[in-house]
Amino acid sequence: MDKTVNQKAWFLVLPVFLVVAFSAILPLMTVVNYSMQDTFGNNQFFWNGVGWFKELLDPSTDLGSRFFASLWRNLAFSAIILAIEVPLGIVVALSMPRDGWRVAACLVTLALPLLIPWNVVGTIWQIFGRPDIGLLGYVLNNMGIDYNYVSNEFDAWATVIVMDVWHWTSLVALLCYAGLKSIPDAYYQAAQIDGASRWAVFTAIQLPKMNRVLLIAVLLRFMDSFMIYTEPFVVTGGGPGNSTTFVSIELVKIALGQFDLGKAAALSLVYNLIIIIVCWIFYTVMTNVGAERREQKGVA
Amino acid sequence: MHSIPGRRLIISLFLIFLLLPIYWLVNMSFKTNEEIVSTMTLWPHQPTIANYVRIFTDESWYSGYINSLKYVVINTIISISVALPAAYAFSRYRFLGDKHLFFWLLSNRMAPAAVYALPFFNLYSAINLFDTPWAVALAHCIFNVPLAVWILEGFVSGVPREIDETAFLDGYSFPRFFLKILVPLIASGIGVAAFFCFMFSWVELLLARTLTSVNAKPIAAVMTRTVSAAGMDWGLLAAAGVLTIIPGALVIWFVRNYIARGFALGRV
Repeated sequence: MDKTVNQKAWFLVLPVFLVVAFSAILPLMTVVNYSMQDTFGNNQFFWNGVGWFKELLDPSTDLGSRFFASLWRNLAFSAIILAIEVPLGIVVALSMPRDGWRVAACLVTLALPLLIPWNVVGTIWQIFGRPDIGLLGYVLNNMGIDYNYVSNEFDAWATVIVMDVWHWTSLVALLCYAGLKSIPDAYYQAAQIDGASRWAVFTAIQLPKMNRVLLIAVLLRFMDSFMIYTEPFVVTGGGPGNSTTFVSIELVKIALGQFDLGKAAALSLVYNLIIIIVCWIFYTVMTNVGAERREQKGVA
Repeated sequence: MHSIPGRRLIISLFLIFLLLPIYWLVNMSFKTNEEIVSTMTLWPHQPTIANYVRIFTDESWYSGYINSLKYVVINTIISISVALPAAYAFSRYRFLGDKHLFFWLLSNRMAPAAVYALPFFNLYSAINLFDTPWAVALAHCIFNVPLAVWILEGFVSGVPREIDETAFLDGYSFPRFFLKILVPLIASGIGVAAFFCFMFSWVELLLARTLTSVNAKPIAAVMTRTVSAAGMDWGLLAAAGVLTIIPGALVIWFVRNYIARGFALGRV
């Protein structure tokens, strides 16, 4: 279906443009402004050029080392949760009951963690994991495993990862389920006639049909895990030490904790730039997948 | 046919994994602090509703819920009403810079809230909206408006273009066509988009906390008060947590048949 060219469509888009520009461009200008200046308090600002950026991107300085440490930590975290949540989400989607009230019950239960405020997610796991009052911590410690997420780095990481899996795997599962639902029965019947194995059905029919929703899932999960703040902050406060301090936590520490506006602004811009680049890659891949599919449809 | 061996076991285990931490929170909310701290009990042995009573009778507690609901509702209304015409435009027309604009919107959905916390604080203080529900509602637009446009665009594209053309031939003006024909056709899509705006505004804390101090304090920020000199008030914290889950659970029920499609952003 070709779209018609109509410049008047801008009038329909204008409200959105104004609302988002008000909350995106104006604040971003402030950030750019801060990132070039230094202040000694009393609202007196001095031109600092690209000084903050130089410091930020140089791992030998204090700011640079903190930035890179939190960046690698955050990337490792995103990689781990994607490696767990995507396969697990697919398996859960494939395990969904076929019809009846069970589907509704499963869907509502799956969606439940997604609707809990993020700080409450943190609170739930903070309570659940405590050795003295939480079921998880209590059981683990009674099994002879010395589990304490407050003082042990490995336990803190494990808790934050299990919490994220608990919180967001449902999103992947629901997306995959939506993809699976859109496959017509005829495909399965054809596979049955051909005597296709269960694995062949998965790789030849289900996975290709899910690739678009999986892409959305990976995009959303990567982005949201890359800017995760509230949940680990509530559970571990970024500790023990700095072991679970992700980029957003570091940024808030610098901006609202130390009020180092210049450093925080420089970090914000680099952080935003990384996100826009990743977002652009995904967007291009996604539109290409869409275009290929339309071409295939056109041929068929 | 599209299921795998052992699926009952897998889905049951996963649902138990999801529900167990929530059960623990509910369990704790009905206990007294003595019971929580002194013994490990799988269900409350001396059930009490004192924690809930305290929340519903103390204004500083229940006003937190009201404040949260205020900005969530304002945000949902703004997001949907500006996103609807835009979704139609993106779905039907090509215009100068449309692809770039769409990408720009998308990139705002992905922007980290931590980046905007401080500039928003300055901006909304400057225009005297700080500590009002409007500040939080407008701030949340940055991720909810793009999301609403994205979801609604998928649903509008599902409506055949012939319907528009027929309506215009029948002499419908654009606003009349929009309200009388298009909106009813994509009602379920609007429901889904509203659900998502509600959800993301309800769960966000960082911006909501930064932009409020006293009068518009959201419930999530009120919850940090349970840390007092006498130690943590675990029962009260748990009860407050349970009450934040309820609005979400209620809205899911209404959109349960569209959840899956909605999460795919209307694109399946």
